[in-house]
Amino acid sequence: MSEIKNWKEMKDVGKPKKWQDVPMGGIAYGASAENVETGQWRSIRPVWNEEDCISCMLCWVQCPDRSITVDENGKVTGIDYFYCKGCGICAQVCPKKAIEMRPEADFA
Amino acid sequence: MPRKEITSGNWAFAEAMRQIDPDVVAAYPITPSTDIIMKFAEFVADGKVETNFVTVESEHSAITACVTASAAGARVMTASSANGVALMHEIFPIAGCFRTPIVFGLVNRSVGAPINIHCDHSDSMAQRDYGWIHLYCEDAQEAYDSAIMAVRLSENDDILTPVFVCQDGFITSHGFEPVEYMDDDTVKTFVGERQAVNALLDVDNPVSYGSFAMSEYYFEIKRQQIEAHKKALELYEGIAREFESISGRYYPMIDCYRTEDAEHVIVVMSSASGAVKDVVDEMRDKGHKVGCLRIRMFRPFPVKAVAAALKGKKAVAVLDRCLSIGGTAPLVAEIRSALYGAGETIPVNSCIYGLGGRDFFPQYAEDIFMDLINGINTPEERYIGLLE
Repeated sequence: MSEIKNWKEMKDVGKPKKWQDVPMGGIAYGASAENVETGQWRSIRPVWNEEDCISCMLCWVQCPDRSITVDENGKVTGIDYFYCKGCGICAQVCPKKAIEMRPEADFA
Repeated sequence: MPRKEITSGNWAFAEAMRQIDPDVVAAYPITPSTDIIMKFAEFVADGKVETNFVTVESEHSAITACVTASAAGARVMTASSANGVALMHEIFPIAGCFRTPIVFGLVNRSVGAPINIHCDHSDSMAQRDYGWIHLYCEDAQEAYDSAIMAVRLSENDDILTPVFVCQDGFITSHGFEPVEYMDDDTVKTFVGERQAVNALLDVDNPVSYGSFAMSEYYFEIKRQQIEAHKKALELYEGIAREFESISGRYYPMIDCYRTEDAEHVIVVMSSASGAVKDVVDEMRDKGHKVGCLRIRMFRPFPVKAVAAALKGKKAVAVLDRCLSIGGTAPLVAEIRSALYGAGETIPVNSCIYGLGGRDFFPQYAEDIFMDLINGINTPEERYIGLLE
């Protein structure tokens, strides 16, 4: 049986070292996805241009990965590259063309 | 007070469902298990249960609803047979892996084609490797009792594994015989309330089911299911004894009928064991040292208990009500494997019987015993009652 009973225990154990360290049934505990760096999957990167942005929030609504960061006043502050997979939806929906998609190779 | 009724295996199973009053029953009817759901639907319509009864469009949906309801934390039951069971095939390993307790009334029927509504074990045996517990019942009483016991087995924190409670289609499911029912309170106290772990409806401790597990962790999750089956072997006896204390009826994993001093033994499952036991008595009266070993629990397979029961016998015949076409039938494969592992090399005759509801007569059992006694032992599969 799994010896892991919740997310905290899973975090304490870290990477499983024996079969008992894997959660039962392969379930995922709540909020565990927050630690998964999906940004590693990205091949093109959205680059946000603050000057052109009008904070219309279309990108924030459409982003599937909650990667558009916003301050307490509802103003866009940038892109969270830890989660952003580079799908490019934000650039597509931006009415001001304030987001440009560029190859990751440019940033290597 | 317990009460006795003349009833069928299906109705007895449905009565157990009424007393258990599961949170969710999702089902799609198919012969010969239809009766279970028909009777239970009556209980729902008459307000005798509080169950959320979900009528779905196929067996695939029925078992899917059962798995998800169980993952949500509900106590779940259903029933099916034959090709209905086959249609559920895709979901069975998911139930096993998700560790979702379900008590499933499986009324054994041959899988078509050719289409045939009568009993054999080809429906449940095809599902034997997907992490479900399999219990095979000899009669209606045992089907009723096993439904109740299976709740405790399935929902045990160290097991958390769905259970098939199998009974022979028509022979047991539609045959009428006396069954003793416990009173409702006794059953309700015995099964208690389900205390679910990792329940989807536990919003304070959110979990997701069905996540991806690639080559890094798939194997480990399967290993945990093996552990659950090992635990079921360990914990079964305690549950069976507790059940005995409320019912007066005890069901061991294997039922050893006059096997202790026997020289020749027939190994069989489900209803046919009644005929074999009768023949054992008759042949004992004539001085033959014969016995019957009935396998009640097929998954997890009680390897040690079986090997111990058959150790030192002169020869054994195993009756399979199922084929593995082009290979070795399921029960005999297990028996030979258990004996080989225990260092026993006694002859084991493989006898296929009863396919598609072909009758199994006492004379057949006597003939099988006489072959054992006369040393007519061969490794080839034999076909009992076949036109040849």
